[in-house]
Amino acid sequence: MQKANAAQQPSSNRRPGARLAWIGQGFLLLLAIMVVIILGRNLIDNPELFIQIIISGLQLGFVYALIALGYTMVYGIVKLINFAHGDVFMVGAFVSYYAVARFQLHVWPSAFFPDLDPLVTVTLGSLSVILLSMITCAALAITIERVAYKPLRDAPRIAALITAIGVSFFLEFFGALSFVFSPRFIPYQRPFDVVTWYIKDGIYLVEPGKAPPAGSITFSNILLIIAVASILVQVFLQFLVRKTKIGKAMRAVAFDKPTARLMGINVDAIITTTFAIGAAFAGLGGVLYAIAYSSIWSQLGILPGLKAFVAAVLGGIGSIPGAFIGALIMGQAESLTAGYISTPMRDAIAFTILILVLLVRPTGIFGEPEKEKA
Amino acid sequence: MEINLGFLFISTIKIVVVLGYLYALLAVLGHASKWVQIGGLLAAFGIIQLIFSFQPEDAQIINDFDRGLLFQACTMTMVALGLNLIYGFNGQFSLGQWGFYGIGAYAAADITWRWTNNDARGLTGVAIGATLVAVAIFGVRRLIARYKGMPVMSAFTLYLIGTIVACALTMLIAGALDPALKPLFGTKDAPGIFASEWALQIVFFFAVLLAGIVAAEISFLFGLPVLTLGSDYFGIATLGFTIVINTLMVNSDTLLPFPEMKGGRGMIGIPKVTNWFWAFLFLLIVVIVMRNVLHSSTGRAILSVREDETAAKVMGINVADYKLLPFVIGSLFAGLGGGVYAHFIGFLSPGTFDFLVGFNPLIIIVFGGLGSMSGTIFASFGWMFFLEGLLRTILGQFGTEAPTWRFVLYPITLLLLMLLRPQGLLGSAEVGFLRAPKIAARTAASDNPAVTTPVK
Amino acid sequence: MTTPTLPPTLEIAGLTKFFGGLRAVNNFGLALKPGDLAGLIGPNGAGKTTVFNMITGVYQVSGGDIRFQGESITGLEPHEITQLGVARTFQNIRLFANLTVLDNVRIAYHTHAGYGMLDAILRTATYSAKEKEITERAQDFLAIFKLENIQNEFAKNLPYGQQRRVEIARALASNPRLLLLDEPAAGMNPREIVTLMELIHFVRDRFNLTILLIEHQMRVVMGICEHITVMDFGEVIARGTPKEIQGNAQVIEAYLGKGVPGAA
Repeated sequence: MQKANAAQQPSSNRRPGARLAWIGQGFLLLLAIMVVIILGRNLIDNPELFIQIIISGLQLGFVYALIALGYTMVYGIVKLINFAHGDVFMVGAFVSYYAVARFQLHVWPSAFFPDLDPLVTVTLGSLSVILLSMITCAALAITIERVAYKPLRDAPRIAALITAIGVSFFLEFFGALSFVFSPRFIPYQRPFDVVTWYIKDGIYLVEPGKAPPAGSITFSNILLIIAVASILVQVFLQFLVRKTKIGKAMRAVAFDKPTARLMGINVDAIITTTFAIGAAFAGLGGVLYAIAYSSIWSQLGILPGLKAFVAAVLGGIGSIPGAFIGALIMGQAESLTAGYISTPMRDAIAFTILILVLLVRPTGIFGEPEKEKA
Repeated sequence: MEINLGFLFISTIKIVVVLGYLYALLAVLGHASKWVQIGGLLAAFGIIQLIFSFQPEDAQIINDFDRGLLFQACTMTMVALGLNLIYGFNGQFSLGQWGFYGIGAYAAADITWRWTNNDARGLTGVAIGATLVAVAIFGVRRLIARYKGMPVMSAFTLYLIGTIVACALTMLIAGALDPALKPLFGTKDAPGIFASEWALQIVFFFAVLLAGIVAAEISFLFGLPVLTLGSDYFGIATLGFTIVINTLMVNSDTLLPFPEMKGGRGMIGIPKVTNWFWAFLFLLIVVIVMRNVLHSSTGRAILSVREDETAAKVMGINVADYKLLPFVIGSLFAGLGGGVYAHFIGFLSPGTFDFLVGFNPLIIIVFGGLGSMSGTIFASFGWMFFLEGLLRTILGQFGTEAPTWRFVLYPITLLLLMLLRPQGLLGSAEVGFLRAPKIAARTAASDNPAVTTPVK
Repeated sequence: MTTPTLPPTLEIAGLTKFFGGLRAVNNFGLALKPGDLAGLIGPNGAGKTTVFNMITGVYQVSGGDIRFQGESITGLEPHEITQLGVARTFQNIRLFANLTVLDNVRIAYHTHAGYGMLDAILRTATYSAKEKEITERAQDFLAIFKLENIQNEFAKNLPYGQQRRVEIARALASNPRLLLLDEPAAGMNPREIVTLMELIHFVRDRFNLTILLIEHQMRVVMGICEHITVMDFGEVIARGTPKEIQGNAQVIEAYLGKGVPGAA
């Protein structure tokens, strides 16, 4: 009888502390309630401002999502925090800066086809700038992977991590040399004009040079472009990973490299491809970030890179939808912190959230559960 | 655009002399005779002290620039040794060391700054606070020990409550004590005993010590939950810690109630108390404490966690505790280093504690060898005298932008090192004093009752 | 069954482990008297090592109860279980590779080192005395296992057979009542296996231990174990003396059904 009883309640008698889980849960609940109260009060006080903050958070979140995808894919496949990813993002922004400000790449369609509709010209021009950035970033990532990471694939993981930090430093400070990029903030010239709308009993265009009426919510074409790009990339990657042969190979490599190799998968090629895809989308993110915030410098990539990584961890590292959701949460958290608590603390919030989420759910929101270890 | 060959030559000699000095010091400390150890120590301290005391103004052997490098090398060694304990010996990849260094620097600076401005609350506040928080932490720890299996979040909450209560009590006590202490500073015309030079030296000593303890206590509270995250996540979280601390420094006058720290403009007016005696003393303390801990049962437990956590657990080692302990000790060292640093530089700017600079100790321990104290010591001094001293000056001759090239060369060197010799220059080798004692094989084995008759 | 004064060393009832939806161990039961030398066998993936991992606390138990010397140890942390007197070795040897052989064994004394960190920092007399005692005890263990000449070698540089011996020495140094050996004979040649079997017997008698071992080499299991428990697909399919097990149709089917003859 006693045995049967014990079998039902395995861990009660020797673990008196397990019953005290409520202390920690209570603490977290208290934090959550505080957040809800602060947000709720502000929502009631000034709903327009609240929505405006949400919108700016969305914009940030969608950019983070583009960077986070690269982190999550690379980490999923080689278990490496690719610190240099944020700097690839920076390179993407600078490539587009040079393409636009120095070489006027964004107006090439009007040079060749003067009769085209201006909208088509701008779209084609901007797309080619973005494409150039994406290709450059992919090429850069392939080079980094081949030169720095591949020789260390069998070394301890931490050696690769330190190498990644080294690569990141190199890009930041090499970029800081005046003949490369810039050690200071420089204004970024957008390939197209910003169009802003405001919402107040309907959606209206904000006339250039005029302020939108008080109490209205504004949003711009940049937000729309970033959102559309980010969602398209998300859908594309889902398709790539789930439906195509290369996606299947990626999943196989992520799961078990030696076996994948035995199955005839070219593991090195898959890893390089993963780096390239991630970097291409970081390049896209870099261009969009520069367009949105219109000021760039050589250390531009560090903090967005870190926050995007945090977003990827938050969503469950290795999971593409997880990275997307995590990035959106991160964007909101940052925007709301800056809006309602204090602007400087918005960098702190990302890491606080990371720690809290990992403590409650060590594998992130979409992470896989515990597996058997040998 | 011409490299000054004379400068290059002298700098190279300096580097060789410094490394030779360190080697000799470690070798002599490793000598079997206690008298040789003490004599060597005094000689090592005395040589440099004599040079500082008696060198002529116009023909300095150790000029101000080299003096700065020497002191910075001492603090960097303390910080890097702490990080090596955390990462090299315990295997926890931390990027938070620089944050604790900053905490130590600002905490110590605040104590002495207030002291020189006739305010004892810096010292009393931090001293009482550090003591009460320590009492709270140990108290909560004993309480928790009775409830095995408590989730880490609950434990953390209890520690946090204890700390907050302790801090609130401190505010009350320090405030109440202040009117009694204030007169001891005297007035400008009639300075009291607190205003004397000796008082400042003593306060400085306690300020550095307390800075270390404050850093250690913060690292305890931070490390308790965060060390459970696992290596990569722990690295990111500690990097976040450094960033957050830096943010707080930049806003120390707006977000935090420390107007004397002046936020992003930097804290000025810190008394320059650090001299060769203090720098040498604190470095020596750190080296000896770390070496003695490592060559003990505690040290073996710390190493076993790095080698194999599961095997360590099955050997009866409480892995959570033995991740926290090196993290706290390492942060203590960083805090001490920060305190010493603040008092010879005399000026603290948040830029010094930026997380990008915070990779320096990591690069140093990787260079010197993860798990080698000797390597860290040599690498710290070599780093300061070669990269910060020689290379910076030489590159400086190539125009204003050239110093940035330094930061391009660091990572390239790091990459080459990782590719060619990932275990660092010294690997895990140690020199003299720091070497583990070689134990001779035992001859008479079978007559030990401990083995022939099992215990219990 | 058991004498009234001595509770069974190990008593497992209804032990179950899920990995996600996979039931790795189901309703496992086992009882060991003090001084038993028992074997746990079964085809690959039967859940044997998972049982070890649950006894030592490396895995959380999904259901069931484990009692050690009459007390439940279910849900305790691995280090707490070790401190109560359970030691183990691993299937894929887990020595502290970059430490010396001597340090590997000395680590086992940590929980009863007899001095604290403050003693170590200040190098007190207690430190010196206790450290000497620990070292000597560890060296005595190494002598028993004929490892005294390689005490200053790094564990990673040893040949396989010696690594196994160091691991057993290390487990014994933690002063256990129950020793769990996970495939101690794996990768050994026939001569080494004979030595190992003698060693296990010797260790059991000398240290008055209870031993449970997982093994694929039927020669070892049949040669030294007094009781054998057979697992397949996470469940116990047979128990008994080596003789009974050898004749058990279900056991033969479990092994042959996998296409792997039991004896190597």
